[in-house]
Amino acid sequence: MSTTQISRRRFLAASGSLTVGFNLSVTLNGVAAAATAAGGRLGVDSWIEVSGGDDTLVTIYAGKVELGTGVRTALTQIVAEELALALDQVAYVQGDTDRTPGSQGYTAGSKTIQNEGPPLRLAAATAFQGLLSLAATQFGVATSELNARRGRIGVGEHHRSGSRTYGQLIGSQNYQLASNASVPVKSSADYSIVGKSVRRVDLPGRFTAKTGFVSEIKLPGMLHARVVRPAGRNASFIGFDAGSLAAVQSIPGGVQVVRQGNFVAVVASDEYAALVGARTLRVNWSAGAAMIPQELLPTALQDPANVYASGNEISVGNVDAALAASTATLSATYYTPFQMHASLGASCAVADVSNQRASVWSSTQGPYPLRGALSVLLGLPEASIRVIFVEGSGCYGHNGADDAAAEAALISKLVGKPIRLQWTRADEHGWEPLTPAMVHRMRGGVTGASCMAWEHSVYSPSHNSRPSLGGAGNLLPMQHTGSAPADAPALGANAQTRNAPVTYNFANNRLIRNFVKSFNLVPGTRRAALPVTWSLPRTSALRSLGGFSNSFANESFMDELAKKANADPLAFRLQHTTDARAAEVMQAAAAKAGWGSAVSAPRGFAAGRGIGFLRYETVEAYAAAVAEVLVNKKTGAVQVTRVVVVHDCGLIINPDGLRSQIEGNVIQGVSRTLKEEVRYSGDRITSLAWEDGPGELGYPVLHFDEVPDIEIVLVNRPAEPAWGAGEASIGCLPGAIANAVFNATGARVRSLPMTPAVVKAALPA
Amino acid sequence: MPRPTSLNIVLNGVAKSVPVADGSEPLLFVLRNKLDQVGPKIGCGAEQCGVCTVLVNGRAVRSCSAEVQSIPGGADVRTLDGLADKGHGQGRPKRLHALQRAFIDEQAAQCAFCSNGMIMSALAWLEARRDRDEPSDEEVKRFLSGKGPGAVAVTLCRCGAHLRIVRAIQRAARDMRRGDFDHGRSDDGDCYDDDRSGPFKGRS
Repeated sequence: MSTTQISRRRFLAASGSLTVGFNLSVTLNGVAAAATAAGGRLGVDSWIEVSGGDDTLVTIYAGKVELGTGVRTALTQIVAEELALALDQVAYVQGDTDRTPGSQGYTAGSKTIQNEGPPLRLAAATAFQGLLSLAATQFGVATSELNARRGRIGVGEHHRSGSRTYGQLIGSQNYQLASNASVPVKSSADYSIVGKSVRRVDLPGRFTAKTGFVSEIKLPGMLHARVVRPAGRNASFIGFDAGSLAAVQSIPGGVQVVRQGNFVAVVASDEYAALVGARTLRVNWSAGAAMIPQELLPTALQDPANVYASGNEISVGNVDAALAASTATLSATYYTPFQMHASLGASCAVADVSNQRASVWSSTQGPYPLRGALSVLLGLPEASIRVIFVEGSGCYGHNGADDAAAEAALISKLVGKPIRLQWTRADEHGWEPLTPAMVHRMRGGVTGASCMAWEHSVYSPSHNSRPSLGGAGNLLPMQHTGSAPADAPALGANAQTRNAPVTYNFANNRLIRNFVKSFNLVPGTRRAALPVTWSLPRTSALRSLGGFSNSFANESFMDELAKKANADPLAFRLQHTTDARAAEVMQAAAAKAGWGSAVSAPRGFAAGRGIGFLRYETVEAYAAAVAEVLVNKKTGAVQVTRVVVVHDCGLIINPDGLRSQIEGNVIQGVSRTLKEEVRYSGDRITSLAWEDGPGELGYPVLHFDEVPDIEIVLVNRPAEPAWGAGEASIGCLPGAIANAVFNATGARVRSLPMTPAVVKAALPA
Repeated sequence: MPRPTSLNIVLNGVAKSVPVADGSEPLLFVLRNKLDQVGPKIGCGAEQCGVCTVLVNGRAVRSCSAEVQSIPGGADVRTLDGLADKGHGQGRPKRLHALQRAFIDEQAAQCAFCSNGMIMSALAWLEARRDRDEPSDEEVKRFLSGKGPGAVAVTLCRCGAHLRIVRAIQRAARDMRRGDFDHGRSDDGDCYDDDRSGPFKGRS
């Protein structure tokens, strides 16, 4: 076993440490300077720190944050594996711009395990080699005679000649290692923690109320705030209703009203006083210009007047000639509505902006990009701002968390006190960034049982408007205080066409992207025209971004073409598939589901089965889903009764964690397919509650009694890279369900959500 | 006009008295801000999600909509914070309630923001039906959908942990029926095999 050279230096701290980092461009002197400046902490560019002292404690400084998907546990497994530790010997510091690396961007896109796992494994292995080297010196033996177990290194298999904890090996010295790409790592055949269904390390604290979320952060002298929202997306502040303002100011609890531009908030020492104040305050807003009426979206999204950029993304063969030569051709248009993250907890943040410094506690997916955006909002240098991630309600993408953080910071700046801002349910439902409505125009041609031509034309507003230093205008409070949103995305720079390319082998294949504007643009540019007028609701990243809608269109149209070719939908897919791993997940899902056998239906119902397949981002995890449905022939109500998923994401780190993610994909996928649609009128979103009620509209999500049975088969490939699974399989669901409804009833439903009314209208007379 | 009052309750077995400036204030805010409870969460303010659930005199109550002035004096209020037996440990629960253990065993959460609502709703329901057979999965699903005997209102999960939550509640029902607050969990290990055939100890 090779040893790693350790550079070392004296340090004045009582106990030492061993850190491993990436891009350790700083010299030891540089690190010393950084450590002094940061109050004795070691360089931020470090990922792994082994503490000196009596015991063994390894700390991961992770830019990737725990969003409820279990990445903290999975990354802990990887480190524990390479360093021969028990899980409770690993601590996890996450998403703190003063303490964790800044190069990791967002925790998003199913990318944590596949992108951060391998370098973290190398860092852990580098640290391990460093510890072995220390032990070899201290015990006076070759490293080959050493053995590590549960955070101790000793001589021989059973440590008969003594052993030391990692902390004892380090003592009071400080060691800085650069992660070494050629360091020996464990063979996957020797894994004892990776690949096991380790329990989530963070859940016991949740189930016992021992650990809080960002909503439970309390600071000394902290005030509570609620925001009073404009009447609509394009409304402007005119003035306060004087009587209501006086009434607010008479509420006990030191209630004050703050305003900057169209941003209005009520602040009080007592949370309920702030809430009552916000309810009491009446603001006169100008009537904003109406957005494109919701009922016109299916045509308006295709209107050239609303499309600011178009072009081919894929052009293979000659689609037009192949269509002309096909014995049968087909065209169809699909539509999906605006949908929302619908986090169960309304967004919340705590901020303390004072003395030209800011500390902000947030459940953001990207502490560093948020810090950049905050520097613009607050007019402070980034170095004066600390963003600290604290877990919040599951987000599934860019929800209200960043906006709430920025609003809390703005209010704190205006009143000079620490602020806890709690969004209401109506704030979250009405103002979080949505996933956009999309239209897909499909054309295809078949000759015999072969698809000769395939064309997919995607029409979509933005799927990514995350805030950042260069995109601070994407923050809601920036917009409310007069800033324009960041430029509309350039062709190719967004995720409108995620999973729009299919992995089927088509000789003639064209993908056309059409980017739809959400606000008026300066002609010929992607820049917002001032004053900003929104024509569509604000949109950003939601689980799989464009992939959900694109896969709905692709997989529905595959079935339509199979029907045209008189082919079985599974056989038709396999016929156009040469990738063995793709074929395997489809065949396994079909076999498990009993493809070809009848699905039984009670009287008055029609039953059917459908398949959906995709390869996430066309080059990552493979997923196939078979859905079974019951359709009420009288009402059109669809019930998904069973979903089988076969999933291949290469090496599996934590099988139960992976199952949990797939279950979430299935349940959200069913919910979004059957129930979910944001509703708006004029320039304001009107679905502000969970359920429809007297005088209010709801954004319903799946209830427990609507959840299907879920059967999951995991394909584990230890020798292959580990791909992410957070959003790989959700896109299989809408197509599989639509195909099952067609199989059951002969009705082809081409728009979501498949409410009873929509399905009933599609049912054959 | 706000009507000042005071909230006098027995919170997780301990008498508490708190002055409240406005009797219309929801119990939720008083529990969180004046009595330092971490379990009950702010979700919708309209009894549509369940994350704020606490028990008042044994009944599951959506505390976001329960005005302080409607809480009877001396009411027995239970929260997730007080569900585990505190025992003698340094801040570490001595014994977990069967529901908490079952949620761990079934890994019945993703973000866990809904967990308070799931556990506290199920607590009232299972305690009321202690003498009956373990509920079927259909019964649990109906209960959490706000339907059937003992149901309060819809209880939402957004992450998709539904089937695990149903299994956890069924598992807890079995343990509670045995009168088993702590049935002596044998598996304190971190790991278990994916087929769940038994505890797995990592070689580390």
